Amino acid sequence: MNSGKTPGLYIHIPFCLSKCHYCDFYSSTSISAVPDFLKALVKEMKMYRNMFDVFDTLYIGGGTPSLLTPSQLEDILTSVQKNFDFTSEPEISIETNPADLDRPLLESTREMGINRINIGVQSFDEKVLGLLGRRHSAKQAILAIEASRKAGFQNIGLDLIYGVPGQDVNSWLDTLRQAVAFSPEHLSCYQLTLGAKTPLGVRYQAGEFLMPGEELQYEFFIKTSEFLEDAGYIHYEVSNFAKGTKYVSRHNQKYWDHSPYLGLGPSAHSFQPDRRWWNHRSLDQYLAAIKAENLPVEETETLTMEQLRLEALYLGLRTKKGVSLYDFKNRYHYDLFAEKKEMIDRLQEEGLISIQDGRLYPTQTGLAVADSLALI
Amino acid sequence: MKNIRNFSIIAHIDHGKSTLADRLIQITGMVDERNFKDQILDNMDIERERGITIKSQAIALPYHARDGEEYVLNLIDTPGHVDFSYEVSRSLASCEGVLLLIDAAQGVQAQTIANLYLAMENNLEIIPVINKIDLATADVERVVEQIDSELGLDPFSYLKCSAKEGIGIEEILEAIVKRIPPPKGDPEGPLAALIFDAQYDSFRGTVIHCRVFDGTVKNGDIIRLMSNQATYKVEEVGRFLLARAKRDKISAGEVGYIFASVKTVSDVHIGDTITLDDRPCDKPLPGFKEFKPVVFSSIYPIAPEDYEDLAVALEKYMLNDAAFVYQKDSSVALGQGFRCGFLGLLHLEIVQERVEREYDLSIILSVPSVRYRFTLKDGSVEFVDNPAHYPDPVSIDKGEEPYIRATLLMPERYLGVVMKLCMEKRGENSKLSYLGPGRVELTYEMPLAEVIYDFYDRFKSVTQGYGSFDYEVLDYRESTLVLVDILVNGEKVDALSQIVYRDQARPRALRACERLKEEIPRQMFKIAIQGAIGGEIIARTTISPFRKDVTAKCYGGDITRKRKLLEKQKKGKKRMKTIGSVSIPQSAFLAVLKTNTDN
Repeated sequence: MNSGKTPGLYIHIPFCLSKCHYCDFYSSTSISAVPDFLKALVKEMKMYRNMFDVFDTLYIGGGTPSLLTPSQLEDILTSVQKNFDFTSEPEISIETNPADLDRPLLESTREMGINRINIGVQSFDEKVLGLLGRRHSAKQAILAIEASRKAGFQNIGLDLIYGVPGQDVNSWLDTLRQAVAFSPEHLSCYQLTLGAKTPLGVRYQAGEFLMPGEELQYEFFIKTSEFLEDAGYIHYEVSNFAKGTKYVSRHNQKYWDHSPYLGLGPSAHSFQPDRRWWNHRSLDQYLAAIKAENLPVEETETLTMEQLRLEALYLGLRTKKGVSLYDFKNRYHYDLFAEKKEMIDRLQEEGLISIQDGRLYPTQTGLAVADSLALI
Repeated sequence: MKNIRNFSIIAHIDHGKSTLADRLIQITGMVDERNFKDQILDNMDIERERGITIKSQAIALPYHARDGEEYVLNLIDTPGHVDFSYEVSRSLASCEGVLLLIDAAQGVQAQTIANLYLAMENNLEIIPVINKIDLATADVERVVEQIDSELGLDPFSYLKCSAKEGIGIEEILEAIVKRIPPPKGDPEGPLAALIFDAQYDSFRGTVIHCRVFDGTVKNGDIIRLMSNQATYKVEEVGRFLLARAKRDKISAGEVGYIFASVKTVSDVHIGDTITLDDRPCDKPLPGFKEFKPVVFSSIYPIAPEDYEDLAVALEKYMLNDAAFVYQKDSSVALGQGFRCGFLGLLHLEIVQERVEREYDLSIILSVPSVRYRFTLKDGSVEFVDNPAHYPDPVSIDKGEEPYIRATLLMPERYLGVVMKLCMEKRGENSKLSYLGPGRVELTYEMPLAEVIYDFYDRFKSVTQGYGSFDYEVLDYRESTLVLVDILVNGEKVDALSQIVYRDQARPRALRACERLKEEIPRQMFKIAIQGAIGGEIIARTTISPFRKDVTAKCYGGDITRKRKLLEKQKKGKKRMKTIGSVSIPQSAFLAVLKTNTDN
């Protein structure tokens, strides 16, 4: 089924040299399995040939894609080009760890056509980096950003984390100040959330430290938004900021507006209207499935109209542009404005949402309660 | 007929009635040992889960007595809570005798006495049975002493048993045969059968449970229900074994069931007399109390589109609960619903739970109320059980509220705290009597409204569970009453309005506001909760909004995980009622009447 939207391609590199203490994503530290994985990945690409339209984004995430060698990365990109069609100017992003960003890697990634680099800085505060279990220093992050610029990257994104135990708003603003000094085109600022099984999550449950309360969380959130907007960034999604609409992540946008996307590699998720499926989380299961010539899919779900509606609302209201009332009615057969008028009026009065040009969108304070907005 | 015995077991809660019934069924060979658990206990488990016996049940036990004769012992089970004394009375009227079961450790309790009185009113043979004699804490001598002094029964008439251990069961069966008289009646006379229970069978319509006093009823007969003169053709009659067992006829002295394609379930009323259309009896069977609901509340579906389903559910429900009455009602805040009458707050909660569980409906009950009497300045008199119909205050000449006589039994050491509680509840004309060493009976006259307002919970709490409580409605007494409204974000929620005694208006309104604050989850905006008399605000609380709830990250392309979480929350929200954009949980409506147990 064709949604009329251009699909995106995601590749999950499920390896890390060490696991960060907060991380909930799937990755393995058995680096020796990389060659097997890369072979399987190519086979998986072949399985999906001709199933999607022409892509206009590629996102290599993980895990830590930057621990691959330049030639391994190159092989991936070559296979991608062999198996899938792309528009003329695709957005090609890679997630990286500052410790890996030496000159040869940066220069070869540029040459391969990767035009957007995401650097996992997380913080410029050594104490915070230690608590999070990052394997790089603040100094390494600074060098990595500078080196990326030097290598010719014109679209640099920095990933940062706030709301870390013991962190106050001022020390967080310090990190932000240092980040902005490099004029990155994109910033992702994530509030720390602790999965129960992560090392930090376990320590938290054991009562070793407190997490910020709701008021403090709100302060972090609003201060971040205000600071970055003052610095010329658009707060275009709950956790994402861009220096102008040109630098809004084209790939992530697909997750939020029901565009199709194909995810390859362990634990990767895919969507093709109106079906979602996701791969086995474990590398072993993934490899075994591919070896048996099977799709490494763990589960598939077909969405009902009601589920699509809920998704569209919760994802749309996480973004600054919100949802188009007209499109909502057409695509999801639901007149939001008519059905929820009383609530919408109320939330407008409270300054949590606005309606303009037929779009319902959250205000800055509304973004902070976006989860509840989705349940109106 | 001389080989039939109709009997019932009456007991205070937890004195072992169900266990004894199980034992009697087992020992008379209705079920063999192997099947016993599966067939009986499972069935009983449902009622145990609900905490009390709600429905009457009947079963015919075949018994080969020591005199060599074969008997049929009809055991008619009775509900086990004070709220259901009306249903108990009807079951008892179908019997000639009762086993009065008393826990050997706990001794005589309030309900033991209440049940005994009911049995006496029906002139039944009473066999006291002391149960749980196997317990280490059993004190048979003390119970025997109570049988004499508190119950006024022959202290030598008792039997001892342990239903759990199967001790003394044979002796009970023999006593039923020897001491309970056989039924009297004329099988050839005009039919007079008493309805003591009725159930709805989705395939066959109404199953009428009855005791035939005179005459005979058989297939093809045209029967007449005497209360409303409705007539039906009998399709099947039979007896209760473990399942229904079809027979040609049932006659005077017997207990059984009738199918007569009674489709309009409300046509059957427990306590009604069945006779034959072409040969009616002179007058209905006597001995039944007119049942009156004392607590009123409105039931609304949370989703307005469930209204029709609710109507069907209540109609079906009523068939199994003669004490439940209802009529159409509507609320500004909650839409179309039904005004319902209950025997008490517990009865109300059982109805709520059963309607929700058995008919899969989400419902809201408005704040319960008693029935007040207002004399207006023009001399007319109005009964008001729904705060929404409170008369215009300027037109009221006199307000009156129903009073009860509460009978409270407790160990003497709790006397002080209980008296204090009763004073707080406007109790008056107290009487104190000593029942035995360390045991007292306290009676108070107090407004019924005070009893439905958290009295029972607090009484149980201050007596640490050792107190028991029963009441009877007395009369109406003059009182200063006001209507307290509750406003949520400035919008009056009529289902939360209460009629209260003026001196208690402020504390009551404040309590309601505070309880609502605990029950209503924080939302995206501030919620003001106010209590008001007319235009005057007398209490107020606010629920502050939450300001941050968004999770940082949608996990890559994993949209499903978060959606599932939201779906779950959405489902929870569907069980709340949205009034003026504020989501109010179901629990809030009854909570305003209850004490916060944390306090």
